[in-house]
Amino acid sequence: MEALLLVLAIPLVGSAVLAFTGHRDFARDVNVAFSLGTFLAACALTARIVSGGPLLALDDAFFIDPLNVFLVTLTAFVGLTTSIFSRPYMRVEQDHGKMTPARLRLYHSMYQLFSFTMLMALTTNNMGLLWVAMEAATLATVLLVSVYRTAASLEAAWKYFILCGVGIALALFGTVLLYMAAEKVLGSEGGALLWTRLDTVKARLDPNIITLAFAFLFIGYGTKVGLVPLHNWLPDAHAEGPTPVSAVLSGLLLNVAMYAVLRCKVLTDGALGNALAGRLLMGFGLISVVVAAFFLSRQKDVKRMFAYSSIEHMGLIAFAFGLGGPIANFAGLLHMTVHSLVKSAIFFAVGHATQKAGTQVMADIRGLIKVSPTVGWGMMLGSLAILGMPPFGVFASEFLILTTAMREQPWATPFLLLALGVAFASVFGRVLPMVFGETSVKPLAHSPALLPVFLHLGLGLMLGLYVPPYLVGWYTQAARMLGG
Amino acid sequence: MSLLATQLINLFAAAILLLAFAMISQRRILSLIHLFTLQGIALVAATAVVGYVTRQPHLYLSAGLTFLLKVILIPLLLHRVIKRLDVRWDVEALINVPTTMLIGIVLVIFAFNLAQPIARLSLSIAGGTLGIALACVLLSFMMMIIRSKAVPQVIGFLSMENGLFFAATSATYGMPMVVELGIALDVLVGILILGVFMFQIREQFDSLDIRHLEKLKDS
Repeated sequence: MEALLLVLAIPLVGSAVLAFTGHRDFARDVNVAFSLGTFLAACALTARIVSGGPLLALDDAFFIDPLNVFLVTLTAFVGLTTSIFSRPYMRVEQDHGKMTPARLRLYHSMYQLFSFTMLMALTTNNMGLLWVAMEAATLATVLLVSVYRTAASLEAAWKYFILCGVGIALALFGTVLLYMAAEKVLGSEGGALLWTRLDTVKARLDPNIITLAFAFLFIGYGTKVGLVPLHNWLPDAHAEGPTPVSAVLSGLLLNVAMYAVLRCKVLTDGALGNALAGRLLMGFGLISVVVAAFFLSRQKDVKRMFAYSSIEHMGLIAFAFGLGGPIANFAGLLHMTVHSLVKSAIFFAVGHATQKAGTQVMADIRGLIKVSPTVGWGMMLGSLAILGMPPFGVFASEFLILTTAMREQPWATPFLLLALGVAFASVFGRVLPMVFGETSVKPLAHSPALLPVFLHLGLGLMLGLYVPPYLVGWYTQAARMLGG
Repeated sequence: MSLLATQLINLFAAAILLLAFAMISQRRILSLIHLFTLQGIALVAATAVVGYVTRQPHLYLSAGLTFLLKVILIPLLLHRVIKRLDVRWDVEALINVPTTMLIGIVLVIFAFNLAQPIARLSLSIAGGTLGIALACVLLSFMMMIIRSKAVPQVIGFLSMENGLFFAATSATYGMPMVVELGIALDVLVGILILGVFMFQIREQFDSLDIRHLEKLKDS
């Protein structure tokens, strides 16, 4: 309970403090400190859930169960490591004149606010507030994407705002319909949007309304997940914003949006008693995997390429949850975790690499390993990990997803394998010359923060070799709850 | 519930839909803002009538909130933005008006068909207006697609919000208060950010034409 309040209060206070003090040299350390506080509070909350089971707090306004507690911890953890990474990164940007004190103030304050909105979206029990928090997360990141004020970043941010704004508005319509269905069963005395209450009466919700509601919710939150054909904002926003923002967008925001879809899916499955939600997830997931893999092969900008890789992996996750059943759900949750860890590690390495090379164009980045072996290796290992090479965790989850798909939806496996193959060939073929070969990059004034890169990759490796029993416990419980 | 009240709600619903049509055919930005304000007034009136009929006091509150936000604050902000940016007489659209109207009619028919099975089930007085709300959402959606300038796109976005809000009041007597407050806050912050954005875009490109924002492509 106290831990929960701390998890939400620390980033909110942090945002206010960083906004009011303005930019000082210690602001980046304050940012790390608040992120660390959030992470510790999240750990305390996790310990409380592990020992005491699901928690309903503050008049049922907040609900923590194994599904969201693991995402809360992951969000707080990646939030912390990204803030550590952004310290040297932002110093270099400041030296290059891309960040002014005013922009840094905005950046740090919005960074904390973004953490708050994501944690709010994860912990709230109210489907309406989930929507509000998701929209607030969009607003906070719009400002982060456009922070450089270049033509390209403004375009990316405008596209992001309008597309996600429209998407999320459709999700609001879905929420209204959900409330309409719930109100008939639960009455309008509040509580009709509380997920826990909806969950208990889901079988009695009107199937007609719920079908339409899920369609809107799926399109809405699916836009934020970045599912094809609603993915247009994602590569732009990832490529044009500062790299720490790309890392949290890819590693965290997409997960939170996926979480929203999952909560809706559970209700829809219960109300309809058929596989509509699963089919939709599977179909859009598969399209995303295939389309993203082919777009991936055509990219020239390194951050854009990895943005498409995020679309591909979110598609794979959607496909896994669409398959349903304990193993596919387990694999989906595991994939969410490892993708988030590995992808943010890649963005950290890419961030340092692009700063050294002074460009994001892959053809101009060469021979990283000669100038900075650690950044080069980080990028190489990260790419291998995200491409699903054993022994990294992505291999384990992809293996589980593929074997389940072979058993239950054999028609889908050739597409998945083809897409994974194309993605492998194109990413590996591009990363290799960037890391090895003759060099053109210069060393930087501030030494890069490589702890987060290798910490994430290490965890990704660990999850491939050995998943700790309490984590298995969470995943299994969450997978059971997701059903399907 | 009185017949008069139902008729009134239907009247305001029709007004909202009509204004949505007027907006997609209107080319002048200044008139567009006036139409948006009128739509806001119709929305407030509809909300208040639903509140009166169903004796749900919190609907008055949300009507007041809408009035403050959609009739006073946002139009005021928009007026200031276009005055500062001097874009009052912009004439632009990617498709001509008759075609737009025809597409709009198709959208309305589609929306009514989509909402029909639900409207029949709905217990609330204004259940039949769900189709209108959905039609408004789709029309505003179309407006955002066919307009190439930043300000009309934003107005389209806000008009979509109107449609959603109308859906919430007419179909469910309004969402829980905390959610409604959150939505209002998001809309307000969103419009402020968009305002800032418009100045930045103008500064960067010397124009508010969104067609400048088509450089980022997959090559």
